Amino acid sequence: MMNAVADTQASSVGYTTADGRDIGEVILDLRNITLRFGGVEAIKDISFDIQEGEIRAIIGPNGAGKSSMLNVISGFYVPQEGEVWFRGKPRPPLKPYQVAQQGIARTFQNIALFEGMSVLDNVMTGRLGKMRRGILAQALWVGPARKEEVHNREAVERIIDFLEIQAIRKTPVSRLPYGLKKRVELARALAAEPNLLLLDEPMAGMNVEEKEDMSRFILDVNDEFGTTIALIEHDMGVVMDLSDRVVVMDYGRKIGDGTPDVVRNDQVVIDAYLGVSHD
Amino acid sequence: MLYREAGDFKTSYSLDNQTFPLKLDRIVFYLTLAVAFLVVPLVINDYWASAILVPFLIYAIAAIGLNILTGYCGQVSLGTGGFMAVGAYACYKLMTAFPDVSILLHIVGAGFVTMVVCTVFGLPSLRIKGFYLAVATLAAQFFLVWLFNKVPWFYNNNASGQISAPERTVFGVPLTGPNTEAWAMYLVCLTFCVASAFIARNLTRGSLGRRWMAIRDMDIAAEIIGVNPLTAKLSAFALSGFFVGISGALFFSVYLGAAEVGESFGIDKSFLVLFMIIIGGLGSIFGCFAGAAFLVVLPVVLKFIGVDILGWAPDLVAHLRLVIVGGLIMFFLIKEPHGLAQLWRVMKEKLRLWPFPH
Repeated sequence: MMNAVADTQASSVGYTTADGRDIGEVILDLRNITLRFGGVEAIKDISFDIQEGEIRAIIGPNGAGKSSMLNVISGFYVPQEGEVWFRGKPRPPLKPYQVAQQGIARTFQNIALFEGMSVLDNVMTGRLGKMRRGILAQALWVGPARKEEVHNREAVERIIDFLEIQAIRKTPVSRLPYGLKKRVELARALAAEPNLLLLDEPMAGMNVEEKEDMSRFILDVNDEFGTTIALIEHDMGVVMDLSDRVVVMDYGRKIGDGTPDVVRNDQVVIDAYLGVSHD
Repeated sequence: MLYREAGDFKTSYSLDNQTFPLKLDRIVFYLTLAVAFLVVPLVINDYWASAILVPFLIYAIAAIGLNILTGYCGQVSLGTGGFMAVGAYACYKLMTAFPDVSILLHIVGAGFVTMVVCTVFGLPSLRIKGFYLAVATLAAQFFLVWLFNKVPWFYNNNASGQISAPERTVFGVPLTGPNTEAWAMYLVCLTFCVASAFIARNLTRGSLGRRWMAIRDMDIAAEIIGVNPLTAKLSAFALSGFFVGISGALFFSVYLGAAEVGESFGIDKSFLVLFMIIIGGLGSIFGCFAGAAFLVVLPVVLKFIGVDILGWAPDLVAHLRLVIVGGLIMFFLIKEPHGLAQLWRVMKEKLRLWPFPH
């Protein structure tokens, strides 16, 4: 445990990645998180941090507690022990919508779009935190409310362009194929202009081309908007290529943390998750 | 080819946001409004007003209210009749307590009173969903009817236990009471109805409407993108109550003139309005009108065909109506939960490519 705390402190200053991007200070710091469901310990005393501007991957076998970790960050679960520090301050237990208002957006492992609404409306919901006109202005659809709508629509259209989903703007989400739904969900999360974007298996169930598209989008988001990204993914090729630092979890414990190269050669990680290639 | 989308380009986002994106739709809409406001009042007679048009307009307002709650926000309510009763009794109390204030203000005031009551009964929705919430609102229905029967203060201690609307005029024209003329009754209901539809449409296409729909489609995801479920659900209950209250006030003061709560605002009223939005279309303002029109006109048409032309017994026709409505509810719930409004949309979509669908 002492070791974990030391680790966090050591990495709290920025660094420069291999491809020359400057990574800033710690934006989110998880300290000794323990999460229990009854007698089951889903997460056992885990500490790691996410720094401004980096792409942080969380990997591990099924049931390792990765999704629970994201749920702790986004406020669905309140850990029994440990603290979540956000931007240098300990975060009190918040409701998910309050976490969203702090600038943390996420996507889900099994798509959680609003099936009854069009793609455009779905992405527009991502802007809800920024739309503050009162009921009266909206009811009469007068100047301020109309202006606000158009202003946010412009922002949403930029994201629709960015993710190349212009053609399906007005299509009901329920009619879209899986890969596009994943992309719309990313669009909705991006529409909130988050500081920290959590992606829960953004490439699960995709074919190679779709994975390449999605990887490109993730890198572009990080590059163009400077968004910090934490992602869970099972495709090791993708993880090793995309991420700056990787946390490895197994049975609720952290068994590795570091750059992809460090993690790849870590014997504990290889035994637990990566395995040995048979060539 | 008069009715088509080709060549109808939008050059700004506000143009793209219009309620009727097609020019022809807009023309038809404004024509309908003009006819409704300028022509119909001149030709309307008592039969048309009291059998079809006035109940249609009043039920359309109630349906808009319930559709906001159930169709847009996904919170099932079986308390519509009770909330209409709140509007009616609030209107009655306001009318008798402040006889000098305009009846129009009383009706709007009744809307606000119902808004508060409906919000209070919406509180359980923060904990329970679906069937359980439906039962909670059902309790509201029975409680409110019981309350208005039991407490004499609500009906000003009169012996009959009924409330009856005293005569009130606007610009010298009686709107309530026995001397009300058909066109005045019609015009006041039409004005409230158009205003309600306008407000409801604006609310549902804006950010508040998106909050409601997000809660309806997936409340967990809604919360994760920053929707506070408490305010979203309660605002739906509040706005819904406002419209239902206005419809209840109109129903009592302008249409019925006198009302007994259990008879006029019983559980069957709750179901009637619910059926309207199911048949008309959940989550559609147009659907409120379609459903209200359908369920108001259906008995009239059935009576005309069955009793007047075929010579059947009136009770047979009345029962036939129940059978038809029941069958339609099942059909729509299974085949087309978005009702007549969706059928209309699908038809337009098919016609767009007709006769070459490929």
